[in-house]
Amino acid sequence: MALELAFKISGGDFSNAGKASSRIKKVLKQLNIDAKSIKKIVVAIYEAEVNVAAHAWKGEVKATVGEENILVVVSDCGPGIENISLAMKPGFSTASKEVREMGFGAGMGLSNIKKNTDELNIESRKGEGTTLTFRCYY
Amino acid sequence: MDRNTKYHALKVDTEKCFGCTHCMKSCPTEAIRIVDGIAVIDAGRCVDCGNCLRACPVDAIYVVHDGLSQIESYKYRVVLFPSVFIGQFAEVYSEGQIYEALLKLGFTHIFEVEQPVEWLMESIKESRDEVTDGPLISSFCPAIVRLIQCKYPSLVNNISHRKAPHDLAAHFAIQQLKAQGASETEIGIFYITPCSAKMAAVKQPVAEKKSIVTGIINMKDLYNRIMKLIPKHEHIDTTEFRKYLSKEGILWCLPRGETSWYRKKTMAIDGIHNVVKFLERLENNDVPQFDFLELKSCNQGCAGGILLTGNRFLTVERLQKRAARYPRANQITTAEWNKEDVKEKLISEKIEPRPVFVLDENRVRALDKIQKMNKILCQLPGIDCGGCGAPNCHALAEDIILGKARMSSCVFLQKKYVKEQKIKPEKAYQNLEKIWGEKRFDADCNKKGGRNEGF
Repeated sequence: MALELAFKISGGDFSNAGKASSRIKKVLKQLNIDAKSIKKIVVAIYEAEVNVAAHAWKGEVKATVGEENILVVVSDCGPGIENISLAMKPGFSTASKEVREMGFGAGMGLSNIKKNTDELNIESRKGEGTTLTFRCYY
Repeated sequence: MDRNTKYHALKVDTEKCFGCTHCMKSCPTEAIRIVDGIAVIDAGRCVDCGNCLRACPVDAIYVVHDGLSQIESYKYRVVLFPSVFIGQFAEVYSEGQIYEALLKLGFTHIFEVEQPVEWLMESIKESRDEVTDGPLISSFCPAIVRLIQCKYPSLVNNISHRKAPHDLAAHFAIQQLKAQGASETEIGIFYITPCSAKMAAVKQPVAEKKSIVTGIINMKDLYNRIMKLIPKHEHIDTTEFRKYLSKEGILWCLPRGETSWYRKKTMAIDGIHNVVKFLERLENNDVPQFDFLELKSCNQGCAGGILLTGNRFLTVERLQKRAARYPRANQITTAEWNKEDVKEKLISEKIEPRPVFVLDENRVRALDKIQKMNKILCQLPGIDCGGCGAPNCHALAEDIILGKARMSSCVFLQKKYVKEQKIKPEKAYQNLEKIWGEKRFDADCNKKGGRNEGF
């Protein structure tokens, strides 16, 4: 038995990036998940939300909260990632000047997600979009 | 005091309370429900911030305190108070006159708590190294400490393991009095508290076994007594008591009082609802790196404390003027006293998380409850009217799955159920009386709260 939660994100909407992570955080606290695990999960989801807001046109977060772990799928319609291994490098960023001026786009997004998750899979098609799938065990 | 039952300074006067829902709506942890026409505070969730007391239109929420009578049992009767106490008095009264009135009241020694504040500054700076990840969070405001314990357990390790200014002053006072030949049993330390949170922190400290303070006195109560006793002119010189008071000390409990001297990347936030918003973001790592965070539950810091008399902005202004007359903390000599001894006593124990929003200890059952809750939320109107006795529809849904309320507690669903002939009108009416009290809906010009004019 698992709990499904879904959220929509619009490209460029930084003020609402964080809604999914906050809502999921509340649920995890109600489930009595250990604070450290919650922090890792929340940071990973938040980074993914910001990625969608910064790069894509629209996207969604789907979380499956299970008994032992949480599975999160963040899919977007966007430019896609040209070189995934390069994008994973800390500090590598393709964010626009505007996004950087807002305090985002420091190039830590994907590496932070990697650091805070137990399984991570990235699928991307240039010009179509990216799907991030990650899992965290509590 | 049993460590498992939480002590609270805030109490509801059931004679005065008529369940108007103002307090319920203002509570930052959704700790209040209306049962049988009376506000009931959930002890697990309450952080003693005092927002409910502030919101109450009929003074039905009050704080308990020790009173003045017990000071007689001590030879050395020390009164401790934060600088905001002085800030409440109009400019026509000098601090000397206020000090004199305190002596008249029976105290033998007077200490404003923020002295020598330099020792506490040093100690807080040292505690920075004890936090490995993220900012150091000030432990100054007990309502914030409790809020973090119950709502943001992942941040408890960021709270500074240092005690509050009243502990500093208490230990310093004891050291001075002992030097004069007093024995510890002869010394009574009475702390004038600006708020319910500080009261609860003394009665049941979060990170120490027992507070050094002997008794607590409600600041509002003391203000009224002082106003009666205050002399027209100063007769005695009380400046000796303020020898170690500094600019920084006077401003300590106001917004930016703790951060202004820290000199690294800091942030000061006042108002518990503002703090909640910030901590949510901090948990998401959605804020820049900070070295030190000063978080105060009341707007304008302790100048907005619920037990203060008068306007918080006037208090701030008076304290700023007063501070301008005092030397900086580093200009004050304390060489004759044993700093290390006091500093050692300022270190507190580990702060434990106390998560209270867990639906069930068993994860499978908790998941089941969340799913049920989501289904219930689909049924509820989302108007957040409080007519069910819970602060909003979400809180009611939670109460329902925890067995504390029923679907028919919702006043709108009840109408629907009557229409669908699922419950009898008689029964629906009884349900409402259960929440709001018997005869609550009868016409009666003299009923409790009948003359409540709101805000």
